[in-house]
Amino acid sequence: MSTPALEIAGLHKKFGPAHIIRGVDLTIAKGERHAIIGPNGAGKSTLFNLISGYFQPSEGSVTMNGAPISGLPAFEINRRGLSRSFQVSNIFANMTVRENVRCGVLHSMGYGYSFWRNIGNLRSVQEKTAEILEKVELLDKAHVPAALLPYADQRTLEIAVTIAGGADVILLDEPTAGMSHSETDRAVALIRKATEGKTLLIVEHDMGVVFDLADTISVLVYGEIIASGKPEDIRGNPKVREAYLGDEADQQAIGGAA
Amino acid sequence: MTDTATPDFATLSPSRGQKFRQRVLPLIALALILALVPALSPSRTVYSLLNAVGINIVFALSYNMLLGRGGLLSFGHAVYFGLGGYAAMHAMRAIEAGDGLWSGFPVFGLPVVGFAAGALAGAVIGWPSCRRAGTAFAMISLGVAELIAAAGFMFASIFGGEEGVTGDRMNGPELFGLSLGPVSEVYLFIAFWTVVGTAMIFAFTRTPLGKLSEATRDNPERVQFIGFDPVRIRYMVFIAAGAFAGLSGGMAAVNYEIFTPESLSLHPSGFVLLMAYIGGIRYFSGPILGAVVLTVMQSMLSDFTEAWLLYLGVLFIAIIMFAPGGLAGIFHGVAGTVRRDGAGRAARSLGLKAAGVSLLLVGLIVLIEVVIRWSNGYGEVFEPFGLMLETGSVLTWVLVAGPILGGAALVRFVAKTDEGGA
Repeated sequence: MSTPALEIAGLHKKFGPAHIIRGVDLTIAKGERHAIIGPNGAGKSTLFNLISGYFQPSEGSVTMNGAPISGLPAFEINRRGLSRSFQVSNIFANMTVRENVRCGVLHSMGYGYSFWRNIGNLRSVQEKTAEILEKVELLDKAHVPAALLPYADQRTLEIAVTIAGGADVILLDEPTAGMSHSETDRAVALIRKATEGKTLLIVEHDMGVVFDLADTISVLVYGEIIASGKPEDIRGNPKVREAYLGDEADQQAIGGAA
Repeated sequence: MTDTATPDFATLSPSRGQKFRQRVLPLIALALILALVPALSPSRTVYSLLNAVGINIVFALSYNMLLGRGGLLSFGHAVYFGLGGYAAMHAMRAIEAGDGLWSGFPVFGLPVVGFAAGALAGAVIGWPSCRRAGTAFAMISLGVAELIAAAGFMFASIFGGEEGVTGDRMNGPELFGLSLGPVSEVYLFIAFWTVVGTAMIFAFTRTPLGKLSEATRDNPERVQFIGFDPVRIRYMVFIAAGAFAGLSGGMAAVNYEIFTPESLSLHPSGFVLLMAYIGGIRYFSGPILGAVVLTVMQSMLSDFTEAWLLYLGVLFIAIIMFAPGGLAGIFHGVAGTVRRDGAGRAARSLGLKAAGVSLLLVGLIVLIEVVIRWSNGYGEVFEPFGLMLETGSVLTWVLVAGPILGGAALVRFVAKTDEGGA
C-alpha cells in the first residue's frame, strides 16, 4: 500500500477547559474522497483547522504524504500541497474574480513575494487563471468585484481559489451550505470536476451531497470518530443512526442516494 | 458571444490601448503638466508651493501603500519621511564638506539616500510592528512615532536639537546642469522625483507583492491558505512604504535645506493621513488629489482665515461621513452619474447637489468666522462684501441659519429624488 495522503494520529485539541477534539485517528488514501459528517458542534471545522495549520494541535500529529505537517504554519502546509475552503465565503472581497484566482495561482507558478515583475506580463499566471475560471464557469464574471457576486458564485469562487494553487489534497468545508437545490447540483458537479484525481476531504451537512460524492465517510461526534467506512456501511451502522443520521438515513436508503 | 468554447487568456487582460490609456497616459499627463509649468513663468511663491505639493504627493502616495493598499493604519508615517530627510541632510553636509566618496555625489540624487534610509528604518521598525494588523499595528505605530520624535529632541548630534540640521544644496557635482540654487531649478528637481516616485509606486501596485498586499488587506486569513505569509507581506510592504516616504524626505531636505525633529512628530504623521484619506484611499489618484488640495489649503487658506484648521477638520469629517471614497471617489461618482444618466439629467442632479453643499458651506463659513472673531475678543467684525456681521445682529444669524437649513433641505431633496428615479 502506498503512503496515505493524510494520516491523522491521536489528535487532540483543547481550548482551555473545553476538549473539542478527543483523539482522532484517520487515514486517507491518495485519491480518496472522504466525507466527514456529524452533528453541529462535533468539531468538524476544528478538525479542518487543525489539519490545515490554522490551529496547532494540543496533542497528536498530522502527516501528509509521509511528512509531518502539524506544527507548521498554514502557508507552509499550503505550499506542500494542501488547500482548503471555508464554511463562510472567505475571498478577497474588494478584488475582482480574476484577481482573486490570480492570487491563488501565484505561488504555485513560482512567483513569491516579488516586487520587480509586472503581474500582467506573467503569461503562465494569466493562462492558469483563465483555465481555472473556465473550469468553474466564472469566465464571464472575471471582472466583477468579488463582493458583488451572487452568493452561489461566491461559493464557487471560494472553490476556485482553493484549487487554484494546484494542491493535491483539497479540504472543503461545507461547500454547498446555503445553496438551493439546483445550485447544489451544479456545485457537486463542479467539485467532482475540480478535484479529479486529487484527494478530497469534505465536511458537509447535505446527506445527498455526501452520499453522492464520497467513497468513504467518517462520523465525528463530540470530538471522536465513532465510525468510518463505505457509505453503505455507515448508513447501516446502528451507532451512527443513533448518534446522528436518524430518520434522514432511512429516507436516503429508501430514496436511493442519487 | 458564441466563441466562449475556446477562452483566450488574452481576452481577459485589458487590451494594449486600454492599458496605455489607464496606466501610462495619466503618468505622461502628470509629467507633461509638471514640465509645462516653467513656461508660465510662475512667481517664487507659486514655485515654493508647487515644490511642497510635489513632496507631499510622494509622501501621501507612500502612506497609501499602507492604508489604502495594505489596510494598515499608521499614525507614525512621518518617522520614515523624517529619517529619510535627516539621512539626506547629513549626506548633503558630507557633500559640502567633501568627505571621501560623498564629494562626487550629486545633490540631485539625495532622494536616493532618503529612499535607502527610509527602507532601512522600515526594515528595523517594521520587524516588531508588522506581526499584527488592525488596532495593534496602529497603536505600535503611534508608540514608535512618539519614541522617535522624543529621541529626535534628545540626540542633538544626529537631529540637531530644536534648531535641527541645516545644509547647503549648492555643492558637489551638478546633474543636468542644475545648480539647484534658484527655486525654479529646485522645482525641476522636485518635478523629476515626483514623477519617478509616482511611477514607481504605481508600478508597485502592479507587482505580485502589490496584489498580495491588497489580498492581505481584504483577508489575511485566506492569504495563508494560498501559500503566503501575511506577516511577511505586511513587512515587505512596510519597508517599501518607508522607502518612498524616505524618498519624499530626501526631496524635502533639498528643497528646505533644513530638517528639525518636528518633522518626525505626530503632526506631519496626522497630516499625511488626512491627505490620503481626504483624497481617497481606494483610488491611486486619491492621495495625489489630497496632497494637492491640502497643501494648497495649508498655504493659501491660512492667509485668509486663522480658522483654517477648523475648515480642514470639517472637510475631514464631511469626507468620512458623506464621501468615504474621498475627493477621487466624488470625481468617479460624478463621472459614473454622467455616463449612466446622460449629461443633461446628471447636470441637473449634480448642480442641485453642488448648490446645496455650497449653501451649507456659506452658512458654515459665516458661523465660523463670526464665532472666531468673537472668541478672540478684539472686537473685530466679519465683513464679507461690505456686510457688517456683528455677533448681535439679526442678519448674521439669518445668514447662518438660512443657508444651512436651505442647503440641508436641498441636499435631502436631491437624495430623495435620486432614489425615487433609480
